[in-house]
Amino acid sequence: MEIARHWRQRGARYRLEGQRSRSTGAVRFPAQPPALGEELNEWELVTLSGRGEIYSFSVIRQAPDGYDAFTPYPVALVRLAEGPLVSAQLTDCAEGDLAIGQSVEMATRLLVDGGADDVLVYGYKFRPTIQ
Amino acid sequence: MTNIYVIGSAATPVGEHYSRSLADLASEAVRGAFASAPGLTARSVGALYVANALGDNLAGQGQLGAFLASAVGLRGVPALRVEAAGASGGVAMQQAAQAIAAGQCEVAVVLGAEKVTDRLEGALEAALASQSDAEAEGINGLTLNAQWALLMRRYMHEYGYSADAFAPFPVNAHANALKNPQALYRFAINADKYRKAGQIASPLNMLDCSSVADGAACVILAAESVAQTIAGPRVRLAGTAVATDSPSLAARPDPLDLTAARASAHIALGRAHMGLGEVQVFELSDPHGIAAALALEAFGCYGRGEAPRHAAGGALAPTGRTPIATAGGYKARGDVAGASGVYQVVELVRQLRGTAGPSQVPGARIALAQSLGGIGATAATCVLVSE
Repeated sequence: MEIARHWRQRGARYRLEGQRSRSTGAVRFPAQPPALGEELNEWELVTLSGRGEIYSFSVIRQAPDGYDAFTPYPVALVRLAEGPLVSAQLTDCAEGDLAIGQSVEMATRLLVDGGADDVLVYGYKFRPTIQ
Repeated sequence: MTNIYVIGSAATPVGEHYSRSLADLASEAVRGAFASAPGLTARSVGALYVANALGDNLAGQGQLGAFLASAVGLRGVPALRVEAAGASGGVAMQQAAQAIAAGQCEVAVVLGAEKVTDRLEGALEAALASQSDAEAEGINGLTLNAQWALLMRRYMHEYGYSADAFAPFPVNAHANALKNPQALYRFAINADKYRKAGQIASPLNMLDCSSVADGAACVILAAESVAQTIAGPRVRLAGTAVATDSPSLAARPDPLDLTAARASAHIALGRAHMGLGEVQVFELSDPHGIAAALALEAFGCYGRGEAPRHAAGGALAPTGRTPIATAGGYKARGDVAGASGVYQVVELVRQLRGTAGPSQVPGARIALAQSLGGIGATAATCVLVSE
């Protein structure tokens, strides 16, 4: 049971909440603790647009425990419109249609089913942009 | 500061050792290493460093320092487990060298041991995935293989390669493993078989993915005062260095640049007073062709985007410009997870002593081993020199 561990991620998982630097405007995802030497309030929370493009992708056929039901499933590094890369599964797409540079947007989906004694974990995946 | 020497080394075959426990494998490796250091006894050992990445996840055993010290006949010796995922072996080598350099002991034993085949593949993939950023990446079902696959696809896109361009890496690994009685896969493959292999995490196929298997390797390090009493050609551990990077690929400014691999290699070479161009044989973390390609480019052996072209021209063979995987590498000797960094040193000692048989790099005198944790989140390098 890892309910609290997943609950702590709710901003990132449900809203794609990242951080923006108050001094440089740089955006990062997911949120991180302040680094040594930084002011405690250097980074402010920011909700990202959920839009981006595929930086790279792979289709996984040998899955970890808990992900068998999804196999084969596509994963990607997505370059978000605000700048950061994020790794995520792709959804609502056919393997043959995937390409680097393709526009994608965030969608909320089931990430993993922890089983009878655990939680259903929902969060972001990315799908081809609906025009 | 004293010079540090490898005075003994040995490893078990890499395999699916269903009839043997972690302790059985560790014992064989340690006994083998002591047998290669005539006159040395357990009483001389001042420290034991156990390199292991997956013990608590897959072998169901914690406190491996005391557990394996007791199992191999080193009860009472200061012992601990070093865990840095796939770099555990290289980091343990550095820890042992530092203990000797600091005057804490004259002889330190590094024992890489991994027992993974008691669990099914899904548990292994989950354990490996948890070594990246578990909350941000592991939760997406992103396996370690898939992370390398993402880099391979991007590399192909940026430099205009097809997946076939990576065939020379596993072809070389298998050609060398064929001649290594301790290798997991003692058979040759070719580019045609590579092209037809089933996908694991596209574009990585089955013949471009290592198999993680069981094994143990042991290296005995000693201060010069002890090494002088051991007969035979001497191999000096001339420099070590560890560097780190973000475990998350997404957090890196340029994912195709393995910055920790570069830093670790260059700092270790600097400490050894050696230049990259002097290295005659390499052991790399090469579970996939892309991993070896990115490491060679990070070091500066080849320009970015050039490693596959050189590999196709024979650069990886024992007679090539940058020989790698002379014992079969992760791909064909077998990927021993946290023990791999110790296996690397065992192989390079064979090379530097001129006892590597058909995969001998002619006249090898200077060698470099580098093990990576995750996608180079930890990089640990050892530079070895024959004297």
